[in-house]
Amino acid sequence: MAVVTLTINDHLVSAEDHQTLLDAAKAADAPLPTLCQLDGVSDVAACRLCLVEIDGSPKLQPACMTPVAEGLSVRTDTQRLRDYRRMIVELLFAERNHVCAVCVLNGHCELQDLAIEVGIDHVRYEYLHPHVGVDVSHAQFGIDDNRCVLCTRCVRVCEEVEGAATRDVMGRGTNCRIISDLNVPWGQADSCTSCGKCVMACPTGALFTQGATTAEMEKDRSKLSYIVRAREEHQWVR
Amino acid sequence: MDPQELREIAEDERQNSKPTRVRCCVAEGCLAAGSGAVKASLDDSVAAQGLGDAVEVRPVGCLGLCSKGPLVRVDPDDTLYGGVTSDDAPAILSEAQGHATDLTKVDTSHPFFAKQLPIATENSGMVDPERIESYIAEGGYESLFHVLREMSPADAVGEMTRSGLRGRGGAGFPVGLKWATVAKMRSERKYVVCNADEGDPGAFMDRSIMESDPHRILEGMAIAAYAVGANVGYIYVRGEYPLAIQRLRLAIRQANRAGLLGTHIFESPFDFRVDIRVGAGAFVCGEETALLASIEGKRGSPRPRPPYPAESGLWGYPTLINNVETLANVPTIVRKGAEWFASIGTDKSKGTKVFSLTGQIENTGVIEVPMGTSLRVIVEEMGGGAPNGCRVKAVQTGGSSGGCIPAGALDTPVDYESLAALGSMMGSGGMVVLDDQTSMPDLARFFMEFNVDESCGKCVPCRAGTVQLQRMLSRFAAGEAREGDLPKLEDLCDLLRNASLCGLGQNAPNPVFSTLRHFRDEYEAGIARAPKAEAAG
Repeated sequence: MAVVTLTINDHLVSAEDHQTLLDAAKAADAPLPTLCQLDGVSDVAACRLCLVEIDGSPKLQPACMTPVAEGLSVRTDTQRLRDYRRMIVELLFAERNHVCAVCVLNGHCELQDLAIEVGIDHVRYEYLHPHVGVDVSHAQFGIDDNRCVLCTRCVRVCEEVEGAATRDVMGRGTNCRIISDLNVPWGQADSCTSCGKCVMACPTGALFTQGATTAEMEKDRSKLSYIVRAREEHQWVR
Repeated sequence: MDPQELREIAEDERQNSKPTRVRCCVAEGCLAAGSGAVKASLDDSVAAQGLGDAVEVRPVGCLGLCSKGPLVRVDPDDTLYGGVTSDDAPAILSEAQGHATDLTKVDTSHPFFAKQLPIATENSGMVDPERIESYIAEGGYESLFHVLREMSPADAVGEMTRSGLRGRGGAGFPVGLKWATVAKMRSERKYVVCNADEGDPGAFMDRSIMESDPHRILEGMAIAAYAVGANVGYIYVRGEYPLAIQRLRLAIRQANRAGLLGTHIFESPFDFRVDIRVGAGAFVCGEETALLASIEGKRGSPRPRPPYPAESGLWGYPTLINNVETLANVPTIVRKGAEWFASIGTDKSKGTKVFSLTGQIENTGVIEVPMGTSLRVIVEEMGGGAPNGCRVKAVQTGGSSGGCIPAGALDTPVDYESLAALGSMMGSGGMVVLDDQTSMPDLARFFMEFNVDESCGKCVPCRAGTVQLQRMLSRFAAGEAREGDLPKLEDLCDLLRNASLCGLGQNAPNPVFSTLRHFRDEYEAGIARAPKAEAAG
């Protein structure tokens, strides 16, 4: 293992060469907003919140999938990036029907936290108000597409950590939906082991435990990286 | 197969050719206009008049001038008939025997034909796309033999580099450099992929090549595979092109049987197998990483690059991806030499480009012109300008990822850099002519609607942004935009361009940017003004 030195926001930092810019930024006390990234599952660079500027490169790069390299000079917090992040979160709020006041995760929601972090006080875009449904056919859990941000964390955790691959994405563009098996009600999905990892992984109240009421639910996301670390490194620490 | 056999097939084919050849277009455009019946009627008439020894009716690929289809071209006099019906068959045959009739002919000295320089389409309308012998008679597979016998893989790569050929899929990446990158990768396995997922609105030149001359693509792929060290190839064709798929399948079967694909090609140690993968209707699968995912059987959504497919492509192995037209140029470059190819075109854009000319224009169809030909020559001289007395307002190139070039800039030469400088792009070759009846915000809305439908939904800017842009553009087109919508539109376009994951999202705002640049007044006119307070009376 080698160590490289790079510059993040004009500060020199060192990082192990297998790390990503996201890890390095976190270690350098310049954490980036993320949504689709989740420790313990693969990265997809889909939410575009962790985009950073790299000196000498015309293109913005997603920090979660860009490996560190010797001599890189990275900017994580320019006005341009802040503007983009705010627009992205606004677009998410306009896309589905996010009503915090009646959400089980109110107060513990990553989307809500992001909105506060990027400074959203209003949404400039037209609310699309799509007609999407709620599936509570499963005995313990439910999925509410109104609150889904299509980060696909549930899809990845189901396939990569649980190995069940119950979840997948259906459709295209803004009509995408998270489905169970081949688009059957969740309660009828034969492959589902009812492990609840997708519920833990979900950043919003889209996947929830039945019986939870407004603002009552909290999610234990660190459990997923705990499981992965225990398997891969045989370390049972949280 | 050895070269002797190849030459014998070609010789036999030439011996068997009849003095008079009636070439009937059986590509999709003319078939839709009824050329199937025309072909059958020509066959019947030849039989009825007992001309079997003197006249050959040959089904061929695209004859170019699609708007006048069905087309029939007769050799040796090289007479072209347009709008042929099955009733015309006897008259065509009697003209071929030297008896004048009153059939209307298409003037083949018109600039539409005269200004063309066919390379990728040199066999289109000449060979029977369903017979390998017909391709071999025109020198087919000789380039492959030459490469396998006379050239090292590095020589073949060098030939492409010297030719200056650039990718014809849109971005114009140097082909030699791409081949060299894949060739240098050390790997037990490599792949060659032909991207035939042509999906831009108004683009049909790759379909024309596949339907007219499928063996040329196979030969180009085999040469590429030898150059980079691959043994398996895939052609990814969109499912909307059933005739192209059928002819490619047939061509692969024929080439396998003839020993021109498969193992020990031309008795060399080189093996190459080609398979077809049919797309299921997603435009985004033309993006190379989504295309690879689709071939692997996964959901066709793109992933960030790097790593580029040249390093990690199909199943993680180095993969060369070239577009149909790019590969179609390869056999001719080998046959005529890199220097010959590099002498055509402009300083930075070598060779020719195939365009599908369509929209509000007199002559629509498939043309191939040297790079550097001006848009004015293409649109006004070859295309004949806008019909019904309208003026040409703009030319749209590059499909939903491209932009509009205003009529005032028609003297621009067609090459990668000049089009990009005007805010458009070469794109795959769709060229849609717009007349003065076109509303530019409405045109931008049309392309944005296309992007909304085709966004895969993976990244947020493209998924949730295109639908917002489409709504804003609808308001501009309807004259209902609000104050402040214009900067909002531009900001959101900027987000998509810079923050989207793949080319689809990054280029989705191009039609908006380019129409804003040249026709901003139309957007300003689309803003609804608050009604003026009535004058106090």
